[in-house]
This record gives sequence, C-alpha cells and structure tokens, in this order.
Amino acid sequence: MTMFRAAAAMGRRVQGRALVAKDGFSARYDLDRVRGVFSRPEHRLAGQSYLGRILVLDAAKGGVATAWMLHEMTARGVMPMALVLNRVNPIMVQGATLANFTMLSGFDVDITAVVPHGAVVEVDPEADPPCLRVLALP
Amino acid sequence: MRLTDEERAMLAGEAGPARQWAIEHQMRVGRYLGAEDFVAVSQAHIMADTESLGVAGVEWLERLAALPDVARRVRIPTITDPRGTDFAAAARLKQQEWMLALERRAIAAFEALGVLMTDTCINYQTIMPAVLGEHMAYGDTGVVIYANSVLGARSNFEGGPSALAAGLTGRTPRYGYHLPEKRRATLKLRVDCTPRALHEWGALGGVIGRIAGDYWQVPALVGIDRVPTSDELKHFGAALASYGSIALFHMADVTPEAQHAIIPTLAVTATITAADLVAFQAAYRAELDRIDVVVFSSPQLSLIELRDVADLLDGRRATIPLLVVTSPQVKPDADRLGITARIEAAGGLVLSGMCFYQSYAREMAEANGWQTLVTPSAKLVNILGGYGYRPALLSMQECIEVACAGRIGV
Repeated sequence: MTMFRAAAAMGRRVQGRALVAKDGFSARYDLDRVRGVFSRPEHRLAGQSYLGRILVLDAAKGGVATAWMLHEMTARGVMPMALVLNRVNPIMVQGATLANFTMLSGFDVDITAVVPHGAVVEVDPEADPPCLRVLALP
Repeated sequence: MRLTDEERAMLAGEAGPARQWAIEHQMRVGRYLGAEDFVAVSQAHIMADTESLGVAGVEWLERLAALPDVARRVRIPTITDPRGTDFAAAARLKQQEWMLALERRAIAAFEALGVLMTDTCINYQTIMPAVLGEHMAYGDTGVVIYANSVLGARSNFEGGPSALAAGLTGRTPRYGYHLPEKRRATLKLRVDCTPRALHEWGALGGVIGRIAGDYWQVPALVGIDRVPTSDELKHFGAALASYGSIALFHMADVTPEAQHAIIPTLAVTATITAADLVAFQAAYRAELDRIDVVVFSSPQLSLIELRDVADLLDGRRATIPLLVVTSPQVKPDADRLGITARIEAAGGLVLSGMCFYQSYAREMAEANGWQTLVTPSAKLVNILGGYGYRPALLSMQECIEVACAGRIGV
C-alpha cells in the first residue's frame, strides 16, 4: 500500500475509486451539476461521471461559485466523495467547510502523477499527518 | 488562531448563532490556510446567484434571516454581486418562474440580514472603490483582482458564505493577500504587444492566467507601454482571475505596488507576443459559422462601454439576440442619456443587475436554442464551454457585425 502525506485536510475518512487528471477544478466551469458529469469540453475528464468518485486533480480554478456549489451538490447527493488537490485556493476551502466536504491538499509530489486513474484509494483527513492511501490498483 | 475577547465572545455564542456560525466557519477556513489571527475588514461583497446557491443555499440563508434582528444583521457595509436575473426581462430570456421565485426568496433573506442589494461586479467603478491598504472581504474574482491590483486593497477570494461571515463578524482570517509578504511578484512576464481593444486585454489575461496556474502566484507584467483605462484593466483582471484563479497582479509603472513588489532580481520567465493573443482568440473561433446570440457581459459594462455599443449600433439592426448587461448603478445613467434607447432601438436588450453566466446559462441555452455565442469577454468565453455553449472571443465591433449579420466573417 502506498501512502502520500498531505499538508492540509478537512472532513472525514472515505474510500472510493479515484478519478485522476492533471487538470484544474471548478464546480461552475467544469461540471454539469444536474447530470453529475464533467462538462467542460477541454477538461481531461470531460464526459465522465464524478458521482461517488474521489477527484484527484491539480489545482483549484475559476471563480467563487464553488463556495456555494459544493454545499448545493451535497444537499442533492450529486457530488464526488472527496477532493484531492495539489493546490487549493480559498474558495475550495470555504466551500468544503460549508459543505462539510472531505478534502486533502499539498503533497511532496504531484499527486496526479502518482495515483493511478481508477485506483481504489482512501482519503484520511483524520490521520496525523493526513494522507491518501492507494488501496488497490485499477 | 489567536482570538480577541470580542472574537471569543462571538465563538461562545454571546453575539447570537449567526455570528457564532460565522466565526467558526472563518476559523476553520483560517486554520486550513495558515491564518494566525483575524484582520478587520471595512466592506464585504457577496456572490450569491441562485444557480450557485440552489434551493439548499437559499434555505440556509432563510434560516439565518429568521433570527432576531439584532442577531442577524451584518456589521459592515455588505453588498452583492449580480443576481441570476433581471426581473424586467426574465420572460424575454425565457427564464422560468421557479428561478425568479428562488431569486425573490434569496433577496428577501439578504435584505433581512442587512445586505445592500447592489447586484454588481463592477462596484470598484460604481459603488465605493477601495483605498490603498484597505482590507476587504470581496467576492467575485474580478472584483478581488481589480481591488487588489489596481487599487492596492487587501482581499482574498471570499466565496459567498465567507463574505457573509465577514459581514457578520466584521473581520476575516489573515492569510494570503492580507499579508504583505504574499503580495510580492512570484513570476515576471514581458509583454511585447500592449493590447488595444478590450477583448485583447481579456486575451492577455487569459494567456497569463494559463501560465501562472494557481491562486498563490502573483504575476508581474513589464513592457506595457501606456497606462490602461479602468475598463481595460477590468477585462484584463477578470480574465486573469478566471483562467488562472489569480487574485493579484502587478504592472510596472501602472499599479500602485509594482515598484516595491517586483523584486529587481526576479527574472523574466516568458514573453507574451501578439501571436500569443491571436492564437488564444483563434482557439475559440474554429468552426463557428452561424451564431445564436451575442452577449456583452462579464464584467458588467461601464457607461463608456454602453456608449460604445450604442455608437456601433447607430443605423444598424440586430438580427439575432443581442444582450448587453450592466449594473443597476449604471443603467439609470444609460437610460437618462438615451444610450439604452439607442441600443434597444437597434434590436438589443439592455439588462441590469445580472450577469449572463450567473443567470442559469444552461437553462437559457436550452429554452432559447442557443449553442453558439460571441462576446468580447474572455472571462465569459472561459466559463461558457462547461455550460454547453460554443463561444468565440471577438472585438466589440466584430460582435456588433455578427449581431447584425447573424454569422461570423461577413
């Protein structure tokens, strides 16, 4: 089992299959939140469902809407299981805080390069230090 | 985080449950981002269109709004970003009644909280511009980057919940661009081609945003050969924030902190040429022929931009929907000066207090059969792909030509 330590974390421990891409994340710019898929044509996960997945992406992007949208998505149950980013912006932190969302960020390595797309991973914000564990390869 | 007596009292619930939620929220955010204490802010600006809020967000606001008056009202001037509609034009946009009903509920809740419904993303041009060194809790990335960079204010991106929290507590966690050391340039870029038109400023913002890459980068531009106007910096900043999630830039000999924030030893890492701007624009234009809608929005237009649109439309007639979006502060002047009438006599529709992408853009596309769109806003082009549009970035003049011809390149 491979483990990657994160610099910052919030939320609860979850396990799930990882959707991995060296690309950004913004709920407004990138998602069709009704259908639960990545909808921006240029996004490397375009067309893929994010429901129940652990998103492993590079950096928070876009505007401030994600701060509300994570809460709205969570209320409808149409959301990813957790968000793992190399670099956050304040909006992701604010949104995850309001939505009680699980999020990890800040790694010694490019997390999108070391977690295989489709792997089963565990996101553990309660560990000391918080970490992502790769439980099974795709 | 170090707390003052007043902050401890809020945390203990002595100022009511709204302020208790607010400071708890701010502390969780602050701890994640390394804040050691709070900083007092003099204004908050809330982005809260109902497409973002959803029913859950509106209900959440209504719970706060149901608290006793003394417990729920904001402590500092707190204003709003554009709403999700212009009620006067909602039927023409084919927005649905449930959207308007949700907007009305959100407005009622905000008003009960003491929020001023300014409904604008150009408050730095219309309401009360920030002062050098003034700490703010601004939402809307375009507002933050303009206030930080052009005016020298101190703000991070504050999403709706955090901006409201700042309104309730009168402070925000001190991290990021509230700290002097975080405001220094982290990369230096040479610009060989000072843009001339607004859409080119947007393209420059897009190019640099893609290079810069994330929120914590502070790009510095050298080589801009004249002092840009407020509208030019508005489009540049909005695109830079949109493409790069950037909240602060410096521009040598233009912005107030550039002289000290651009360290002389910082090397130029890239040069932006005219070819970069052309390529940026061309990437969005491929394979577009017939156009469904022309949109001037994002940011809302200044009075000068509205006047320019009216001038370009003189003696012309739009043959496809032409939407021109401004703020509730600018619209009365445009009405009084006959600008609105000139645009609408040529077939345009002047909208107030909304922003195109914050107004159920996907549902408007489906209801109106809109797929292809042209705009001089690079920010709008960046956002609308995810909403199912195929957008193109054109000059203001080209947009008017398309509005009249219904297609590109005639």
